[in-house]
Parts: sequence; structure tokens; C-alpha cells
Amino acid sequence: MSRFIARRLAYSVIALLGATMLVFGLSRAVGDPRDLYIQEGGYGTTPETRKFLEKQLNLDKPLAAQYGIWLGRVLRGDLGNSVFTRAPVLRQIRESAPRTLKLGLVSWVLATGMGIPLGIAAAITRGTAWDKLARGFALLGQAAPPFWIGIMGILLFSVKLRWLPAGTEGEGLAIRNFVLPAVTLGWLAAAGYMRITRSAMLEVLDSEFIKLARAKGVSGWKVIWKHAFRNALIPPLTVSALLLAGFITGAVVVETVFAWPGLGRLAVDAVSNNDYPLMTGTVLVFAAVYLVINLLTDIAYAFIDPRIRFS
Amino acid sequence: MANEALARSPAAITDEEAPPGRLRTAVGWFTRYPTIPILILLMMVVCGIFAPLIAPHDPLRPNVIAQSTPPAWYEQGTSKNLLGTDHLGRDMVSRLVYGARVSLLVVVVSTTSGMVVGTFLGLIAGYFGGNVDEVISRVVDIWLAIPFLLVAMIIVIVLGQSFTLMLGLLALLAWSPFVRNVRAEVLSLRERDYVACAKIAGAPAVRILWRHILPNVLNTVMVIASLRVGQLILSESILSFLGVGVPPPTPAWGSMVADGRNYLNTAWWISTLPGIAILLVVMAFNFTGDWIRDKTDPRLRQLG
Repeated sequence: MSRFIARRLAYSVIALLGATMLVFGLSRAVGDPRDLYIQEGGYGTTPETRKFLEKQLNLDKPLAAQYGIWLGRVLRGDLGNSVFTRAPVLRQIRESAPRTLKLGLVSWVLATGMGIPLGIAAAITRGTAWDKLARGFALLGQAAPPFWIGIMGILLFSVKLRWLPAGTEGEGLAIRNFVLPAVTLGWLAAAGYMRITRSAMLEVLDSEFIKLARAKGVSGWKVIWKHAFRNALIPPLTVSALLLAGFITGAVVVETVFAWPGLGRLAVDAVSNNDYPLMTGTVLVFAAVYLVINLLTDIAYAFIDPRIRFS
Repeated sequence: MANEALARSPAAITDEEAPPGRLRTAVGWFTRYPTIPILILLMMVVCGIFAPLIAPHDPLRPNVIAQSTPPAWYEQGTSKNLLGTDHLGRDMVSRLVYGARVSLLVVVVSTTSGMVVGTFLGLIAGYFGGNVDEVISRVVDIWLAIPFLLVAMIIVIVLGQSFTLMLGLLALLAWSPFVRNVRAEVLSLRERDYVACAKIAGAPAVRILWRHILPNVLNTVMVIASLRVGQLILSESILSFLGVGVPPPTPAWGSMVADGRNYLNTAWWISTLPGIAILLVVMAFNFTGDWIRDKTDPRLRQLG
């Protein structure tokens, strides 16, 4: 087990280094890297600023040294200053991260709480109208663009019915502000959970040991909970990392739609302001979170299913 | 005699041997093929290719006096703009028709290039094994460990927004599942006797891969491609919605939804209609993909 964890940890570190190399390499690959750190203001840029930047970015040193110095700064938490607001990138990230985390947690609870029970229910009632309804819900969740679901939610519940706020402006983060964004973000993941739980459950229900349990006279619900459900839980668990990728993408989209002041919003603003340091910072934070959760999922999976450890 | 009786018994008539006359009727066709999804896809392809002939107006020309005209079934609507106009007075029908082009290009260019590259890498990783496999597999692992959308956004900041760049980015999103699944399949195929025979006969690796292994993985490749297309179209719409995909004023469904966001109070159709277009096309692709998978190889169910 510890060897497995060590190997997985090594992959994660390599992947994170890969991400930093990608980000760094991109800034040096095209044109003058100084352009990425300069906002063309009303007065243009002076040769002095360029000279200063050249020193700051260590452009006079070889590429590997530049990367080393840059990486050292990143590891110490120095992500530079935003080109647009001049504020330190780390501070901006620290301010917005908790908001994204809150939204993500609420959506995740919603997705798990809806997706897995729905999947089980659909598998038990296979072929009935209930099953079809649940599958239709999943199908819609996987085919509808998340930003559009959000906008339709605003159109229906904010513009027409006036039940819920369309954004967060001026209201802080009250519970009613969470409803639309969390449902929008959770739907896609719930659809994924539902589909996978359903097919895993069907497969388990079809297996020999379930038939044996039934033949021995174990009651219907007991078979479903004690025998089938536990075994059907592995596939949904493995995909939770994949669904998380959807969450990160989703956070960017949903925060844009609902003007949610989180990390995803920060990234989109960085793109529209051509704010390279801010973008770099948010990407690295997202990548790190993503890798940690991937790692935890892998370990949890190996814990539940010993076959994985030895493959 | 006995055989004949058995052959005629109702139990012997399986689905495959159903009375031939019935199959040729429309009902039989409907139950056998995903008719509606195929029709939707056909419409998308036709709209994409013949957009200039189908679109009633120029999708890029604004019309100041006809801004946000509602669809024709409203009192204020006109038959000139069947689905109304957007906030700049551009015809919705024409923009929707031209938007199909973007999706079509995503399918043709990004999916295909991702498929070719991914299959190639999967073939050599599976066949040669060893270090080649190790490097390719690790690169895939690492690539999958990096959130794609954000990388795409960084690349767009650095290189500037363009249509070609977006197609390239989507190809980058497409390739990895091909590598993994093709590799896994080649691993078992290369142990087969006919591959060993070809080797003994002195066939070079290229020939073995091309003639003996590739034809056997093509099925898997097609299934993955068909399951993947919908996701790519969805990703394109997300990129365009966030303003890092197709640059304006080219009509793309994702950016059309974004355009209408500020007019939800007065003109719901600007955001709603392109979203429905995306939904229908992605659903049609998913349905067809599922259908192809179930028809050709139900064992691949876990891919979806």
C-alpha cells in the first residue's frame, strides 16, 4: 500500500512540475515575454520599464536558470503582481478561493445526494417510467451546455418568476444565492454519477452472489443495501476524479454566468484583461487542487479494491 | 419434419429473423435506427456545408432599426426574421445556420486529428511496449492531470484568439482516450498467432501494425470517436461562451448564448435558441454514439 501511494505521489509531483513547465514554457515560447507582463497604458511603455522587467524576469540568464528562479518564487508563494490591478496575485487568489470552495462543496453534496440514489433507484426499477425519467435527466445534464442551464435558470427563476437572485452583487453570499449556481454546477456531475451508479448497480444485481443471496431468502432491501450497493459503489468513486475535472471547468463557467466572485471568475477576468501573471496563478492553484483530489481518489480506490494496488 | 416444426415455432423467431416484410416499413426503420438523432445530425451537416445558400440573410450584417425583433409568432415579429434578431439586429436564423459550421469543423478537424494522433500513439505504445510505452502512457497520465480549460485559456492569452487555434486546442482535448483504449487492445492483439506468423514471415513492424493490428482496433476507434464528438462540441461552446473560442463576429452557438445574457429581460430568444441548438446536436451525437457502441461491441459500454 505504501509503495502504491509513493508511486502515485510521484506521478502527481511530476504532473504538477509538468504544469509549471507548460505555463513557464508558454510565456517564453512566443514573442517577447516582457509583453505578457506589461499592460499598454495610456502612455505606452518606457524603455526603463522594459529594462526593469528584463532584470525581474532574469531574461539575461539561460532558460533553465530562468525557470529555476521562477519556480523557486512560485514555491515560496510569490506569484507576482496582477498586471491589471497591480495587487499581488496570491492575495487575490486567497480572497476568492474560499468562495469557490463553498460553491463547489455545496454542488458536490447536491450531486452525490441526487446522483447516486437516483442511479440506484433507476437500476432497481429498470425499464419502468421512473427509470426512463432518471435517464432523461442524466441525458439532459450531459448534453446541455452548463452555461446555458445557468442562463435558463436565471431566465425562469429570476427574470420571470422573481424567486431567486440572478447574481451575487450587493447581497453577499446568502443561502438563496447558492441555489441556482449550485444546481447548475451539480447537474452535470449528478448526471455522471447517476449513469455510472445505474450501470454498476445493474451489473452487480445480475451477478451470481446476488442470485444466491436471493435464493437463500434474504429480503429484497437487504440484498440491495448490504450486497449490491457496496459493490456498486466502486465505479462511481473512481469517476469522482473525472467529475471533478468537470467541476473545475464548471466553476469557471458557472461563476461567469452568476457573477460569483471566485477563482473561476478570476481566471476569466484574467483572460479578458490579458493578465498573464494572474492567469498563471489561478491555473497553478487549480492544477494543484485537481492533482491532490486525484491522488486522494486513487488512494481511496486502492483501499476499497485491493486488486488495484497490485496491478 | 421435426426440424421444420422447430424452425417455425414462435420461440425460434428471434429479433434478427423477424418477418422480412415488416423491417422495410417505416416503423421498423424507426425502431432499428436512431432516426431523429440522425435527422438532426444530417440537418447540422447540410446547414454547415450549404450555410450561404440556406441562410436568408447575412449573419454578420447588423440592422439598427430591427434590434431584438422577437420571433415571427409574436405580434411585433416579422416573417422576414422567423426567429427574430439579436441585440444588434442580426438575423437569428442565419446566425444559427452559420453556427453549425463551427460545430461541423470541430467534428471534422479536431475529432479526426485527435483520433489519428491518438490511435497512432496507442498503436506504437501497445506494440513496442517498454520505454516507448512508458513515455507515452506517462505523458497521457500527466496530460489528464492538468485541467484542460485553464490551459486552453492560458494558451489563448499567449497566442491570441483564433479559429485555427481553437480547433487545435480541441484536438488536444480529443486524443488521450484513443491512446489509452487502443494501447490496451493492441497489448492483447500482439500476442495473437497471426501476428507471430507475420513476424516469422519477416514482415516489418510498420506492415504488421498497418495490415494486421490497425484493422482490428478500428472498431474501438470509431466507437470512441462517436462517443467523444458530443463532448468536443460542448467544449467548443464553453470556450466560445467564455470568449476564448471562435473570435467574434463569426457566429458560434456558444458566443451567441453569451451575447444574449444581458438581454434576458427583453429578448429571451437570443440566449435560448443557440443553447437549444447545442443541446440537440450534442444529444444526437450521444444517442448515435451509444447506438453504434451497442450495435458493434457492447463490451465497450464502460467507455461511455
